[in-house]
Amino acid sequence: MSNRIDVKKTYKLFINGAFPRTESGRTYEVKNAKGTFIANPCLASRKDLKDAVVAARAAQSGWNKASAYNKGQILYRIAEMLEGRRPQFVDEIITVTGVTKAKAEKEVTDAVDRLVWYAGWTDKISSLSGALNPVAGPYYNFTIPESMGVIAAIAPESPSLLGLIDAVTPIIVGGNTVIVLASTKAPLSAMSFAEVVATSDVPAGVINILTGKKDEIAPWMASHMDIDGLDISGLSSKAHGEIRIAGAENLKRIYTFKSADPGRILAFLEHKTVWHPIGN
Amino acid sequence: MEEKLSFEYAPAPESRAIVSIKPKYGHFIGGKFVSGNKHFPTINPATEEVLSQIALAGKADVDAAVKAARKAYTTTWSKMSGKERGKYLFRIARIMQERSREFAVLETLDNGKPIRESRDVDVPLAAAHFFYHAGWADKLEYAGLGTVPKAHGVAGQIIPWNFPLLMLAWKIAPALAAGNTVVLKPAETTSLTALLFAEVCQQAELPAGVVNIVTGDGSTGALIVNHPGIDKIAFTGSTDVGKLIARAVAPTKKSVTLELGGKAANIVFEDAAIDEAVEGIVNGIFFNQGHVCCAGSRLILQESVADEVLDKLKNRMAKIRVGDPMDKNTDLGAINSKEQLLKIRELTAAGDSEGAERWSAPCDLPGKGFWFAPTIFTGVTQAHRIAREEIFGPVLSVLTFRTPQEAIDKANNTPFGLSAGIWSEKGSKVLWATQQLRAGVIWANTFNKFDPTSPFGGYKESGWGREGGRHGLTAYLKGVSHE
Repeated sequence: MSNRIDVKKTYKLFINGAFPRTESGRTYEVKNAKGTFIANPCLASRKDLKDAVVAARAAQSGWNKASAYNKGQILYRIAEMLEGRRPQFVDEIITVTGVTKAKAEKEVTDAVDRLVWYAGWTDKISSLSGALNPVAGPYYNFTIPESMGVIAAIAPESPSLLGLIDAVTPIIVGGNTVIVLASTKAPLSAMSFAEVVATSDVPAGVINILTGKKDEIAPWMASHMDIDGLDISGLSSKAHGEIRIAGAENLKRIYTFKSADPGRILAFLEHKTVWHPIGN
Repeated sequence: MEEKLSFEYAPAPESRAIVSIKPKYGHFIGGKFVSGNKHFPTINPATEEVLSQIALAGKADVDAAVKAARKAYTTTWSKMSGKERGKYLFRIARIMQERSREFAVLETLDNGKPIRESRDVDVPLAAAHFFYHAGWADKLEYAGLGTVPKAHGVAGQIIPWNFPLLMLAWKIAPALAAGNTVVLKPAETTSLTALLFAEVCQQAELPAGVVNIVTGDGSTGALIVNHPGIDKIAFTGSTDVGKLIARAVAPTKKSVTLELGGKAANIVFEDAAIDEAVEGIVNGIFFNQGHVCCAGSRLILQESVADEVLDKLKNRMAKIRVGDPMDKNTDLGAINSKEQLLKIRELTAAGDSEGAERWSAPCDLPGKGFWFAPTIFTGVTQAHRIAREEIFGPVLSVLTFRTPQEAIDKANNTPFGLSAGIWSEKGSKVLWATQQLRAGVIWANTFNKFDPTSPFGGYKESGWGREGGRHGLTAYLKGVSHE
């Protein structure tokens, strides 16, 4: 063993492309399966969430305006960056969860491949769910999917990396921006993923990542009037009723998902129908 | 002195002989008409004449309807092939076409809308909805995106009074095509065409219990929303009630679609074809007495053409024929209820007191019934109640703008997002504005057009989901939309 002392990482939040500590000054302890101390990540506050929503809202129109081709390339770039840092993610998953190396490697592989899969959807989703409607009259009539706005998500406790990718990526494919709450017990992958995002040409504010307690932050997300949709897949089903009740105040679109499919992308898109007369 | 030109129309009343209204109605449950316990009157809002007594469904009635729907779903409807289900819907569409005059007259008597509109819009579109969805019934495997869709089971459907038969069609046709059975409640003030539709179901030999119709008020609606035997709720009505429903079903596994309120912006750019725009403004706000969730109730005018548009609009409004809805020349009929008239009066009074300037078209309103003259408010600011709240009447709030971006900002400055209008002869500007507007339906150089193939529904607080087209159908299929 070398006598060198490790340089340990301070795990912070990821808001508007920067890595601030929580304004609340609160942290919590993350331990591994054996109870050994690993890190003190931030316990994000309501104000942190508010800051993240402000950043996500400000970034939304720009991200939405980016061409589908451009969005696809940026998502693919995230996959490239993640691929290049595979050992770090494998180590962190093993450190926190104690799973075998093979299992950790599979999760990182799946995460990279899932990003590539989503990257290919940016310029195809509208040909899947768009339509030219044959109305009975002299009108050109079409329906297209469009971004919904600012979406929040609760990532599942595990798998902490793949679950995070599945929470974040389908939301941004169609031009939304996102605030995601990472796995509480295993937030290391999420905060390292923020570093990947920060080096992938993702505009500031498009992806915002918080760490903290679900039962604190989920109700704040549900009642926030400038959040348009909420993915509560990572939340215990016992809490769903209350979250949906709080979300009704601005008729938030609140969903849970079991798999990665185009429906997961479409859930947070609105469909716009356009009529124009035909004549000469 | 200019000679006053008088342009009198001879009365052209539609005959009501084609309808026979019973003195009292019950509910339609399990394929049969069953009598109700309590009743309330339904009136002709144009004359205040009592047309009939409508049953008020209580818990036992709703239970019976849900039970009949469940039985029909389990024993008949879910086992029938889509091909055969579709044939029933085709039959219903055809019978509605055959009996279209009867439906139109009954709708106008009960609702107060002009016969011209019920005859040319409501009833043909309702039949078209059944015809369109009939063809979906045996093609459901192509409706999802790589998924295998299934019906929800029993759908509870609550519809408003502004387009009674058409909203019934929007609800029942896709539900049945997707393989659900339904319990539908028409609005308290407009039950008669739904009850006539029950007869159509009988004539089409639709299996008993596939369609059940219970009449009543909000208390009946609440019984449907909270009924544990219902899998899917579909509601069209106000945003306030929509939020109540969203909260009520939050702890359950029920799937929900909501078509709620709106405060649509109708934007006129300086490069619009002004005469066409004026027609579009009139159609946008005065169609169906303004009782339209997607009505163009906020006119947003570019300053450079504001005076010209307003002069022409007032001139055009003065020619709107207000009066007997049964007269084929009538443009603007009766307000649907006293309650709604009071709401319109309250909001327009707020318009006066908050400093907007009212102008109403000069017209003689009938002495009996519920009436409101076509009205515009100018000098409206975004803070005024008449710019923020849905009036749901023939009242237009006028705002102005200088730059196209200002028009978009004003248009989007609302929690609603159902529809919007754009008037410009410049294609690139129309498409730009179309992209910028946060609303589910954009009418460019037209307004208030509907079609069964065309998805309709709102962004933001205007609701959840779409009606019409493949998108609307998926609201009635499990495993396609994530709810």
